[in-house]
Amino acid sequence: MERYWNENMECATKDEMKALQSFRLSQTVRRVYNNVPYYRERMEKAGITPDDIHGVEDLKKLPFTMKQDLRDTYPYGLFAVPMEDVVRVHASSGTTGKQIVVGYTQHDLDVWSECCARALTAAGATNKDFMHVSYGYGLFTGGLGLHGGAEKVGMTVIPVSTGNTNRQINVIKDFGSTYICCTPSYALYLAETMKEMGITKDDIKLKAGLFGAEPWTEEMRREIEENLGLKALDIYGLTEIIGPGVAFECSEQSGMHINEDHFIAETIDPDTGEVLPEGSQGEIVFTCISKEAFPLLRYRTRDIGILKREKCSCGRTLIKMMKPAGRSDDMLIIRGVNVFPSQVESVLLQLGNTAPYYQLIVDRVNNTDTLEIQVEISPEMFSDTVKSLEDQEKIIKSAVESTLGIAAKIRLVEPKTIQRTEGKAIRVIDKRK
Amino acid sequence: MLIKQISIFVENKPGRLSNITNILKNNNIDIRALSIADTKDFGILRIIVNDPEKACNVLKDEECTVTITDVLAVGVSDEPGGLSVVMDTLYNNSISVEYMYAFVNKSEDIAYVILRVADNQKAAAVLTSAGIKLLTSKEIYDM
Ligand SMILES: [Zn+2]
Repeated sequence: MERYWNENMECATKDEMKALQSFRLSQTVRRVYNNVPYYRERMEKAGITPDDIHGVEDLKKLPFTMKQDLRDTYPYGLFAVPMEDVVRVHASSGTTGKQIVVGYTQHDLDVWSECCARALTAAGATNKDFMHVSYGYGLFTGGLGLHGGAEKVGMTVIPVSTGNTNRQINVIKDFGSTYICCTPSYALYLAETMKEMGITKDDIKLKAGLFGAEPWTEEMRREIEENLGLKALDIYGLTEIIGPGVAFECSEQSGMHINEDHFIAETIDPDTGEVLPEGSQGEIVFTCISKEAFPLLRYRTRDIGILKREKCSCGRTLIKMMKPAGRSDDMLIIRGVNVFPSQVESVLLQLGNTAPYYQLIVDRVNNTDTLEIQVEISPEMFSDTVKSLEDQEKIIKSAVESTLGIAAKIRLVEPKTIQRTEGKAIRVIDKRK
Repeated sequence: MLIKQISIFVENKPGRLSNITNILKNNNIDIRALSIADTKDFGILRIIVNDPEKACNVLKDEECTVTITDVLAVGVSDEPGGLSVVMDTLYNNSISVEYMYAFVNKSEDIAYVILRVADNQKAAAVLTSAGIKLLTSKEIYDM
């Protein structure tokens, strides 16, 4: 029998859901209008006030929010509560601009855990299960998000985070992990490493995995399921909205149910901004209607997908989102680990006064991803002995590896040798494509 | 007594060395001695020139990564054991040698050795007291 974490919400009728969404939307709009000057200005410019937003059907009157808006208001310009009510921040970064910062009140963390708890329950997890979290912990939302959801369910959480794959496999085996969450490509890497270690799926107890943070294919799903002996489910989210748990797959494995009592989804034509009817492919836009600290209105995700409201065999009535077909972000997935080039930049900044030019060169050799980081040498780094330069490389290497969670080769290069376009260094060369 | 050596960071790329020597030649800078320390990915070109300050400036203008280090230069007679006296003296006084390289002067039958040691002052003192002649920078630059 199907179990739900919150049956009232997950199986609400269409009318009930719409009424709740309308109420929460109008409240949220009023709140950000009063508390966030940036939103107020935008709404005034569009000639609307909170009195114009009565319900979901008025959503299209609101201006879109773009990633650039988050950068322009960095770090706290879009926060809708005083900082004393903010109990946590997360951040996501990009190579092209400043990182963005999002905040959570205690209520927001509860909402987030609830969303993840729904996803875990849909995957069959109970308080008897062991949750192996090998998403990264830290400013990235993956680790702590699923962590909170698993605790809410009452699972025994194993917060392994990223890196050291052999150890991860030993933990899965010895601690008796029954659930796992990580990126799908890391799941494949785990399977591969298990094979090398002579451990089979019969030696481990994994029942299901929640995999997300990158697009993956049905072939990958089959391969993960076969090699790890588990049911592989998709989970979707983005830092700007809340983190993982915005939408989740049920046992039917055909699209992800959106937690629409917290996030209203729309699809739009990415060129014109026009709202598309349900069932057509377009850019997914989310509006947060229950969050306090960082409630984005009509946030353009740049993810392409399809929304479908149809009867699901699991009994949930939550609208479904078909797999995003792509994401134009600058995150790299290397050996299953999420890598942002800007992480390298911050490591280099920490080591010296200024970050030298650098470039990540990602390749695939014998089915394994390789990462080389070229760093332009600066006069401060240079000395006349080989040993001191090799020491520099070692310092950078260990700092980068402990930040990224994966091994990297560091290579010092001469100044002005890293390719630049319009004065800006090309940060990434991905030869795997 | 101390000689100024110029070190230049060079990637292991074809043409890079001749490129650097051309920069020096075009600026009328003569190379007295040269050595390259090599690793798989990069090298350090070390040179003794007749005008270190100028060399350093023109190389920096050409975006080279350059540093100046004080080194010692000793003359070693062309007879068996000439160099071992120098090494023994340093070793007996616990002065470690980071690296060294030799060059010959065309006009004399004498080899010169550039020494990069941990402690220049101490090395100069013990070598001199062992009767080993240290070259002055003027002697080297005017060679
Ligand atoms: Zn379902």
